[in-house]
Amino acid sequence: MNKVKNNKAWWLVLPVFLLVAFSAIIPMMTVVNYSVQDIFDQSSRYFVGADWYRQVLLDPRLHDSLLRQFIYSGCVLLIEIPLGIGIALTMPTKGRWSSLCLIVMTIPLLIPWNVVGTIWQIFGRADIGLLGWGLNSLGLSYNYAANTMDAWVTVLIMDVWHWTSLVALLCYSGLRAIPDVYYQAARIDRASAWAVFRHIQLPKMKSVLLIAVMLRFMDSFMIYTEPFVLTGGGPGNATTFLSQTLTQMAIGQFDLGPAAAFSLVYFLIILLVSWLFYTAMTHGDKN
Amino acid sequence: MAEIRLQNLAHSYSSQPTSADDYAIREMNHIWEQGGAYALLGPSGCGKSTLLNIISGLLIPSEGQVLFDSRVVNELTPERRNIAQVFQFPVVYDTMTVFDNLAFPLRNQGMDKEKILAKVQEIADVLDLQTLLKKKARNLTADEKQKVSMGRGLVRDDVSAILFDEPLTVIDPHLKWKLRRKLKQIHEQFNITMVYVTHDQLEASTFADKIAVMYGGQIVQFGTPRELFEKPRHTFVGYFIGSPGMNLIDVQPEPGGVGFGGVHLALSEAMQARIAQTSFSSLKVGIRPEFVHVWDGPYDDAFCAEVAHVEDLGTYKILTLHLAGKKLKIRLAEDKPVPQKQAWISFPGQWLMVYADDYLLEAAGHE
Repeated sequence: MNKVKNNKAWWLVLPVFLLVAFSAIIPMMTVVNYSVQDIFDQSSRYFVGADWYRQVLLDPRLHDSLLRQFIYSGCVLLIEIPLGIGIALTMPTKGRWSSLCLIVMTIPLLIPWNVVGTIWQIFGRADIGLLGWGLNSLGLSYNYAANTMDAWVTVLIMDVWHWTSLVALLCYSGLRAIPDVYYQAARIDRASAWAVFRHIQLPKMKSVLLIAVMLRFMDSFMIYTEPFVLTGGGPGNATTFLSQTLTQMAIGQFDLGPAAAFSLVYFLIILLVSWLFYTAMTHGDKN
Repeated sequence: MAEIRLQNLAHSYSSQPTSADDYAIREMNHIWEQGGAYALLGPSGCGKSTLLNIISGLLIPSEGQVLFDSRVVNELTPERRNIAQVFQFPVVYDTMTVFDNLAFPLRNQGMDKEKILAKVQEIADVLDLQTLLKKKARNLTADEKQKVSMGRGLVRDDVSAILFDEPLTVIDPHLKWKLRRKLKQIHEQFNITMVYVTHDQLEASTFADKIAVMYGGQIVQFGTPRELFEKPRHTFVGYFIGSPGMNLIDVQPEPGGVGFGGVHLALSEAMQARIAQTSFSSLKVGIRPEFVHVWDGPYDDAFCAEVAHVEDLGTYKILTLHLAGKKLKIRLAEDKPVPQKQAWISFPGQWLMVYADDYLLEAAGHE
């Protein structure tokens, strides 16, 4: 075989490479740069090696927010994924109602993050907010600004309200893609509703669920705006999640070195967890 | 085990059908006897699958009744009808192994483990699936998947009939033949009523003892492959069965018979009387390409036709002729001399069918 090797086509990849370089790689290299040096101004900077990394990895403040962050993302996934699947299963499939449902489901997704924060901030207030006022007049004491648990639950419900639609819509599309014969065959095999869900719907929804889990994990793990607007991270540090800690570190205290080091750790955690999800969910495909 | 009876059955997908065209199934009466192997043959969109889904209970007919052994089952759901259906595209439960797939209908009935094991083994033996039992169903080939779909129907003891909806569509040609034989064996072994929907006449005639030909939402003929070939009761059957299909020629009644463009075809007195009694808007004669007689040379009672085209298909030849402006196809055996330019042909009376408004006219004594 005399194959002429011509690799000129690789040049066609160059534009994409440049684009990615400018949009992702070069900015990230800046962060890497900050994370290994102590920089005061343009002329005075010192190479510090892994010092910043050592410092952030031992910082109890970051440990706390990392733990909070994992609990938070875990709760988000545990609530939104089953709820989204449930909603998708009950949504009508035909006629005017299905279009109406789709529109209603889409509305929360269209609202900007900080507006969502503001909505819930007002909604939850004991004096003028329907939720806060309603709960308090029922005799339940509720104050998201003072009570840790209330703040937590409010942030969580806000996220559920904002993003469950996304999971539901993804699942809905997955369900619509299942040919009718599967349901017909299941009826003839006398499968129970649970068996239909377990052996037909769930396996066929797997690829969209994978996308839903990844998106919701990444998004919730990076959450910043909504809790910042709603609670400002309080009461105390109860709802201070990772990005907020990071922002305080970088912009509030101007500790750019540790902040850069932590950004990279943060990034690697997201990458690692996403990879774990992906591998776990696609593992079954290989026999 | 059951006899399936369709009584005044009709189905329309629209809620308020106004004309006959709104019906996917036009009113019909039909019986599938217990233990028979039947084919439901027809072109796409003729209502075959609708009829099948009505029998299995996936669709509820808008009019008439479906009876299993004289029990009306109209309102019964498929799961309560003891029926199995194999679909055009193989349906397997992807995440389960082949064993679990076959065991699934039994587990849904709450059968005990040992019985399930024995039953699945038995069916796996019949379908040659033993070596695959531990494999995940999603990794099977199309024909293996289709065997698993069939297996899920066969594994149940209580199945009274198995319905096949063009089950071999996605199967490779060389495997089609094997699977068809397998089906035939299974039919002989289990004595289950089988209804097999297809648009392939070869598939229908190799599988079935009797074929129902469907056209325009109706069963236009129900008979053995031979009956369909020799005596098509509807022009569609003549055209659809056989290769090439029946020659159909528009004719006018003439004294002593019928004719077209100066060609006179003599008919029996009885048939002439039958034509005279019948009112119709179109009259056709039909004759199979196999049955047109070709003479070696000029002959008194023969018609002289122009040879337009000869197609050699190896074991036989197909002649295309022009006779008084009409096109005729003739199937000529390999050893027969091929007429050049002109052919002398005649139409043997016993094979010449007369159709009034597309339905066969039979001389007195028959319906």
